[in-house]
Amino acid sequence: MPLLEIKDLHVEIEGKEIIKGLDLTMNPFEVHALMGPNGSGKSTLSYTIMGHPKYKVTGGDILYNGESILNIGVDERARRGIFLGFQYPMEVSGVSVENFLRTAAEAKEQKDVPILAFHKALTKRIEAMAIPQSFLDRYLNEGFSGGEKKRNEILQMAVLLPQLAVLDEIDSGLDIDALRLVSDGINKLIKEDHLTLLLITHYQRILDYINPRFVHIMVDGKIVKSGGYELAKQLDKMGYEWVKEE
Amino acid sequence: MSAATVEELEKNQEQPADSSYVFRSSKGLNEDIIREISAQKKEPGWMLAKRIESYNIFKKKPIPAWGPDLSKLNFDEIIFYIRPEDYKAMKWEDVPEAIKKTYDALGIPEAEKKYLAGLVAQYESEAVYTNLKKVWESKGVIFTDMDSAVKEYPELVKEYFMTKCVPPADNKFSALHGAVWSGGSFVYVPKGIKVEIPLQTYFRMNTKSSGQFEHTLIIVEPGAEVHYIEGCTAPRYSVSSLHSAVVEIFVKDGARARYTTIQNWSTDVYNLNTKRAIVYENGIMEWVGGSMGSGVTMLYPASILRGRGARAEHLNIAFAGKGQVKDTGAKVILAAPDTSASVISKSISKDGGKSIYRGLVRIGREAAGAKAHVECQSLMLDDKSSVDTIPIIEQFTPRSSVGHEATVGKIDEEQLFYLMSRGISRDDAVALVVRGFIEPVAKELPMGYAVELNRLIQLEMKGA
Repeated sequence: MPLLEIKDLHVEIEGKEIIKGLDLTMNPFEVHALMGPNGSGKSTLSYTIMGHPKYKVTGGDILYNGESILNIGVDERARRGIFLGFQYPMEVSGVSVENFLRTAAEAKEQKDVPILAFHKALTKRIEAMAIPQSFLDRYLNEGFSGGEKKRNEILQMAVLLPQLAVLDEIDSGLDIDALRLVSDGINKLIKEDHLTLLLITHYQRILDYINPRFVHIMVDGKIVKSGGYELAKQLDKMGYEWVKEE
Repeated sequence: MSAATVEELEKNQEQPADSSYVFRSSKGLNEDIIREISAQKKEPGWMLAKRIESYNIFKKKPIPAWGPDLSKLNFDEIIFYIRPEDYKAMKWEDVPEAIKKTYDALGIPEAEKKYLAGLVAQYESEAVYTNLKKVWESKGVIFTDMDSAVKEYPELVKEYFMTKCVPPADNKFSALHGAVWSGGSFVYVPKGIKVEIPLQTYFRMNTKSSGQFEHTLIIVEPGAEVHYIEGCTAPRYSVSSLHSAVVEIFVKDGARARYTTIQNWSTDVYNLNTKRAIVYENGIMEWVGGSMGSGVTMLYPASILRGRGARAEHLNIAFAGKGQVKDTGAKVILAAPDTSASVISKSISKDGGKSIYRGLVRIGREAAGAKAHVECQSLMLDDKSSVDTIPIIEQFTPRSSVGHEATVGKIDEEQLFYLMSRGISRDDAVALVVRGFIEPVAKELPMGYAVELNRLIQLEMKGA
């Protein structure tokens, strides 16, 4: 059974249709890349999978583990194992990263998580990701650099261990060192925790670090072309105009 | 007063505490009651004279019309003085069981009970025990209840009690306070002494219609330092009640004082206070406050910066729930060169609660080089609630700077979406954002109080 099955999906925001009949099937443990020009609807798709109330599904369905999730709330989708890595993570003043992570872990477990045990496990986790201890005491994303915000998204994913992660332009705004760190973190989750991943990106660059089995190209609210890793390379060489012309 | 009234009142009490009261004045106020209070306390004549003088001012002063609606406040329905067993305990073990039970009923955690060793606790209107650490006593630090101070340190009390900081004529409620004040704390820190452990008191009131008029007088001599903490929580009542405290703080040259309070009166209490500090050369005054509970609250801690280089910091959070009006803020008078002040005022409104920031910053003509900054942040949790900001800035010298920032907003839906996308329920996400909002205040509180503030806010959020 596929982990994620999107069928003829139509989505609008404030009356404007953005996704116009999109199909996508992802089996467990697969890594898919979704590429496309600005405004093609990639971010809309990621928000829709997570259940953002602003995005209205006007047709089609999204099945997760064989069950429609359209009528399921954002938090419940997350607890069932869906994760969205944000292109622009929100800042929450006064809430430390550790406190936030523990609250999220408690929500997932649906029970209190002992503070000390959690702190120990978290310390181990961030050491493995080369994140400094001071990171945990900082307020969530407040005053974080672009790279720190993205690494924080990966840290959250590593703590929550979702089944399905949708990462929306996790590579944007990263320099080469930060990109490598972020990619290492993602690869570790793919390898060790059997993450199923939908990697949304503009650029082929991150695909040098994270190899997708499938590459899809989205233009104007639809997937217009699917293939393997070589499709990304071709795209890098020839640009999106090439796909649009075809 | 007749014994029947006492019995009747005790029958009506909803709370588990069942101390027997030695004396309780009847409802309403007249000169006889004031004389009786003074006689009960075996006060010297000068204090009685002060009370009578205050009462005469009170009768003449109008109820302030510029603030929240106080028309339902009926002075004839208020009991102005209650006294527990004529008893003072020096050790926690000696505190009467009934009082311990009240603490239990309020859910005070074990850790905070331990705090109670070394503090003055006020039960009803009077301090039940005083236990000052001996080490400070040997250095000349005085920490006692206000009633004892009148008898033991009359010269200090005569000089500082409602004279130059908050005189009775300041406002209607300070005049009332002067007439019927009872209990509270007296703190005196001699020159150069730094009191490293915070001095703490608890105030609780536990009888229908009982007014609470505790007086806090803190004198910090040059170069000395003290941190004073006052916490209040109260059981529920069905009849309107009045709390009208006065706090007077003197921060002498180069001294430093911090006054921390969390107030959580039950929602039928009028909480109308006058709190003020006079700060001399290079002195530092810090106000940290959390205002929970109460029906109507009027609270504007004031700092009068009288000496060159004096500094004031005000940090306050107010929570206004259903039926609550929080009219709070700060008043800073910069009356000397190079003085500075920072005011951070936060409010949370929910279920139709009303938060008003009312603040005054006055930079006098003599205050060249003065600097003041005011920041108001208001968070509204729904459409029924309201927020108002009334900042008054008066700048009488151009050689000074003053800044004001205000942010008023509803809770950010995108923030909630972000938190919920990690599996956190909407209610918990809101609670997390709110906890973050109060964090700048909570982190300035001692651990036990920070925990209590967080717990109170979480309870309020659930509408409990």
